[in-house]
Amino acid sequence: MNSTYFIELFLGGLTRGSIYALIALGYTMVYGIIQLINFAHGEIYMIGAFTALIVSGALAFTGLDPVIIFLISAVVAIVFSAAYGVTMEKIAYKPLRKAPRLSALISAIGMSMFLQNYVLLAQTSDFQPFPDLIPDLKFLKPIENIMNTTQFIILATTAVVMVLFTLLIKYTKIGKAMRATAQDKIMAQLVGININKVIMVTFLIGSSTAAIGGILISSHVGQINFYIGFIAGIKAFVAAVLGGIGSVPGAVLGSFVLGLTESFGTGYISSDYEDVFAFGFLIIILIFKPSGILGKPTKKKV
Amino acid sequence: MLKIENLKTYYGNIQALKGINIEISEGEIVTLIGANGAGKTTTLMSISGVVPPRSGKISFNGKDITGIAPDAIVPLGIIQVPEGRRIFPDLTITENLDMGAFLRKDDAGIKRDMDYVFNLFPILAERRSQRGGTLSGGEQQMLAISRALMAKPKLLLLDEPSLGLAPILVQLIFDIIKKINKEQKTTVFLVEQNANMALKTAHKGYVMETGRITMADTCANLLKNDEVRKAYLGI
Repeated sequence: MNSTYFIELFLGGLTRGSIYALIALGYTMVYGIIQLINFAHGEIYMIGAFTALIVSGALAFTGLDPVIIFLISAVVAIVFSAAYGVTMEKIAYKPLRKAPRLSALISAIGMSMFLQNYVLLAQTSDFQPFPDLIPDLKFLKPIENIMNTTQFIILATTAVVMVLFTLLIKYTKIGKAMRATAQDKIMAQLVGININKVIMVTFLIGSSTAAIGGILISSHVGQINFYIGFIAGIKAFVAAVLGGIGSVPGAVLGSFVLGLTESFGTGYISSDYEDVFAFGFLIIILIFKPSGILGKPTKKKV
Repeated sequence: MLKIENLKTYYGNIQALKGINIEISEGEIVTLIGANGAGKTTTLMSISGVVPPRSGKISFNGKDITGIAPDAIVPLGIIQVPEGRRIFPDLTITENLDMGAFLRKDDAGIKRDMDYVFNLFPILAERRSQRGGTLSGGEQQMLAISRALMAKPKLLLLDEPSLGLAPILVQLIFDIIKKINKEQKTTVFLVEQNANMALKTAHKGYVMETGRITMADTCANLLKNDEVRKAYLGI
């Protein structure tokens, strides 16, 4: 056991955790506000990655600087994914707002299948190469064998997104309205909050962060297909449950715990058991703390 | 100011309000008393737009407001303090008050009104950064009323403000209601099970039984009425 290998695994775990966290935010926020597990959330992440791929492909012939192309594709992908997220809520969940929770859940699964197959038809099932647009950062040269440029960008972007997100939730009017709506929907209406607007903003923000995750991981891995959203979505969902679904700090913590568990598990034991570590860890946590690490125990009224 | 005509509200197939008529004039305290399940809360929720009525008419200052959304009712100045107070448990006292002023944009006015409610309930000022869920029942009621005041109510709807409070706090809350009515010229519609306190505080009273208004009179007369005395005052 040497320390370079350990650090490498640790940073790898943080990178994974960052991506999970960017996706898990959307899961946990939507759950907090409308108590729905949005199974199509992973698809938004996948659509973000594909939009970035298409836009950067189209821009490749303009001769612009790769970094500019990357930034433009990222912005377009975020806007597109946010629009997908909001539209999805309007057509698949809003009409079922007053229906039993199971109906909305099935609608979410349907939405997930629809989006996957729609991308499958449009883009085939083959892995598509994702262009390498980010030039190597010079100051990372001495440590490039333990942390490369895309890893650094993933960690830095996630940190910035988390800080901005926290400020938004804590201090802005819409952030407070989101928390109020999550805590008591009827009272939120009685103080004049338009809860439809709050739900829309929730999907908008959650989809945007998921898209950021999709773009980042695609530049890191270098290839994408229609199925990446499903796997990442399930993992991020596990992370959100692990941390305590409905809790934003819980989702972030759960994501990093999950990322590190997977990274160390595959690095020290066997890479064949990646998913076993993720789900095994989830089961262990849920046995001892059924509501997740930072989740509140559900109160039963008698 | 507020006029309810032949209002009928249903929950699914269950009729909660069977055609009620209520009239509230500006500056008054009007009370609605009745037993559990009579439809008092439904009446308030219908006014606030949370439970849209199936038929009938609610008008406010001559304008028809039947069936419009809660976030369109609040800016008119119809503000409800709901049953069970419904404090946002994970927001601090200050944040709860901010939420009360959600639709207002006059920062100076919001600041002034926050000072006013902190003056009204000094205990809230002391605990301003404490989470709402950690407050006692009495403090939560104070916060609920304060949050409503932050919305600059013209008509304040109060649902069972005395519920679950110690007698000394009940007295305090009712004194404050009278004070708000007098100082701020706020019209108050008070729903209560504590008929004794309500009739002593209000000017006009309605008695409700299983979705119908059975009596309407001045509070002085209702307090003398034999039926009311027997059924609601226990005398």
